[in-house]
Amino acid sequence: MAVRRLTVDVPDRGETSATPSSEEAASTEPPVHPAALIEKARAVRRHVIRMIGHVGSGHPGGSLSATDILVALYFAVLQHNPRDPHWPDRDRFILSKGHAAPALYAVLAEAGYFPVDELSTLRQWGSRLQGHTDVNRTPGVEMSAGSLGQGLSFSIGMALAARLDRSGYHIYTLLGDGECDEGQVWEAAMAASHFHLDNLTAIVDRNQLQLDGWTSRIMDLEPLADKWRAFGWHVLEVDGHNLARLLDAFRQAKGVSGRPAVIIARTIKGKGVSFMENNVDFHGRAPSRDELDKALRELA
Amino acid sequence: MAQTASIREAYGRTLVELGKRDPNIVVLDADLSKSTMTRYFAEQFPDRFFDCGLGEQNMVGIAAGLAASGKIPFASTFAVFVPGRTFDQLRMSVAQPGLNVKIVCTHGGISVGEDGASHHSIEDLGLACSLPGFSVVVPADAAETAQAVMVAASTPGPFYIRLCRPASDVVHPAECRFQLGVAELLRQGDDVTIIATGLMVPAALEAAAALAGEGVAGRVLNMSTLKPLDREAVAGAAAETGAIVTAEEHLLHGGLGSLVAQAVAETHPVPMAMVAIKDTYAKSASAGELFRHYGLTSTDIAQAVRSVLQRKAPRGR
Ligand SMILES: Cc1ncc(C[n+]2csc(CCOP(=O)(O)OP(=O)(O)O)c2C)c(N)n1
Ligand SMILES: [Mg+2]
Repeated sequence: MAVRRLTVDVPDRGETSATPSSEEAASTEPPVHPAALIEKARAVRRHVIRMIGHVGSGHPGGSLSATDILVALYFAVLQHNPRDPHWPDRDRFILSKGHAAPALYAVLAEAGYFPVDELSTLRQWGSRLQGHTDVNRTPGVEMSAGSLGQGLSFSIGMALAARLDRSGYHIYTLLGDGECDEGQVWEAAMAASHFHLDNLTAIVDRNQLQLDGWTSRIMDLEPLADKWRAFGWHVLEVDGHNLARLLDAFRQAKGVSGRPAVIIARTIKGKGVSFMENNVDFHGRAPSRDELDKALRELA
Repeated sequence: MAQTASIREAYGRTLVELGKRDPNIVVLDADLSKSTMTRYFAEQFPDRFFDCGLGEQNMVGIAAGLAASGKIPFASTFAVFVPGRTFDQLRMSVAQPGLNVKIVCTHGGISVGEDGASHHSIEDLGLACSLPGFSVVVPADAAETAQAVMVAASTPGPFYIRLCRPASDVVHPAECRFQLGVAELLRQGDDVTIIATGLMVPAALEAAAALAGEGVAGRVLNMSTLKPLDREAVAGAAAETGAIVTAEEHLLHGGLGSLVAQAVAETHPVPMAMVAIKDTYAKSASAGELFRHYGLTSTDIAQAVRSVLQRKAPRGR
């Protein structure tokens, strides 16, 4: 079976939590930094900045906050085959926050779905890399997105189908925290636990910023973990930039039975580029020429 | 180069003017206040501004409740989310009770550009025009936008005003007057009428100027109000010029072309051609490239005029 995964050295741990419905995915052990994944994440961040800088539009902030999550998934968690994107038994990854498409494209290219050179065509006429994900154009993309709030419902459909087909694949869905304002997210949250979908893991990119500003000021989500819990989900909270902890959380999430799991990944919008970090201005603005150079120096 | 001005900027500034005049004006947004420019109002009147986060359906419902309680709500986001995502809320909570809700959405059409199909709003006019009781307006430039927003505020009943993302060519002097439901004659001519809306208005004027060089006298109407449609102006254009070309930044179905065709068929049938997006979603690219690829340039309008003229009945029958 041609499945691309980097081997990383992460201590294997079972379900160790005292409280069954919620736990800190981090353990008492010092964080393990899988060096290969960290290097991948740097490469992906460089791609993201270059692609967006080159075309002059796109969403750097939410792409950079999601980068480590995507790298963990595509290089250490998902069972997938870049040479056979439609392999029926592959795990599914749904990017519900479609504006982070540049990060997904960079990860897909690094994983071998299409040439890395193609990344520079982002958002241009004739490109397979549309501004927001398009399932009919990009190898490896599972869902068209861009209008927020729709990915979790779609994932439930896939999870139900997997159960009907007695297939063992797992569905992973990445949501923005601002995206969780959408009512449809909570309709889906209710349905996923109602259907006991333990083949579904949601990840919330909890960078605390949406478009107009801090989530606490625009539409307060807290207590977010309690909300998911109240909707019947197994909740894990984790540092979304610590690859070892992320892998650990993914392992724990997959081990949950009888209900879906959500990983609330604490992240920093713009992570990795000092002047983009926690800066809402870079939600949907491309770096200037100078900013691009500066960002690439920081990510060298 | 024609002079340009931002339609969205005009909207934002006009809201502030309205806010100063009338304490009943309230504004809602769905986490896009920096793009729709409702942020100016938010800065001036924080107590009368409600950011609903990414909750468009909720926003429309809240606007309906405010309107039912005597407020004049302006609710804004991208045109792709309202009416699309909130169609039933508009239908049930706004259109059926006939509430005084003003929906003003930006980023209409494909001039949004690089964001791609998910953000291209090409069905919104069809959806909005299908709602009984709604007035639907697509201003052609910044001056007309300011006027239309003022008129919406003072005209009871639900409105959908669609604005575009890019700055647009200045068509009107600042002191222009927008009249709801009245087509605006921008260029006189007897051979054919080009009826355009939004960003296609400057393109229509350009096409008419080019056609003049070929001896074709094209009339140009700015049909900024799609609903209620100025049937009289349409019937007059059909009778007096004998051929009609429509031009819009929208799907062929359900927008200006469809509405004008209905009016022409019922009043004075003449040959028609429609410049619009043909039953497809557009891709990512710059606005200019998309207009070329999907046939929305002045050249496409001129070509449509030439084709319709061939089907026109000979003069002086
Ligand atoms: C339904 C919908 N409403 C509005 C938007 C416009 N929009 C794009 S991104 C965004 C903010 C999203 O915030 P969040 O989910 O926190 O994303 P992140 O911080 O991860 O970039 C908004 C309002 C959209 N894409 N879809
Ligand atoms: Mg966020």
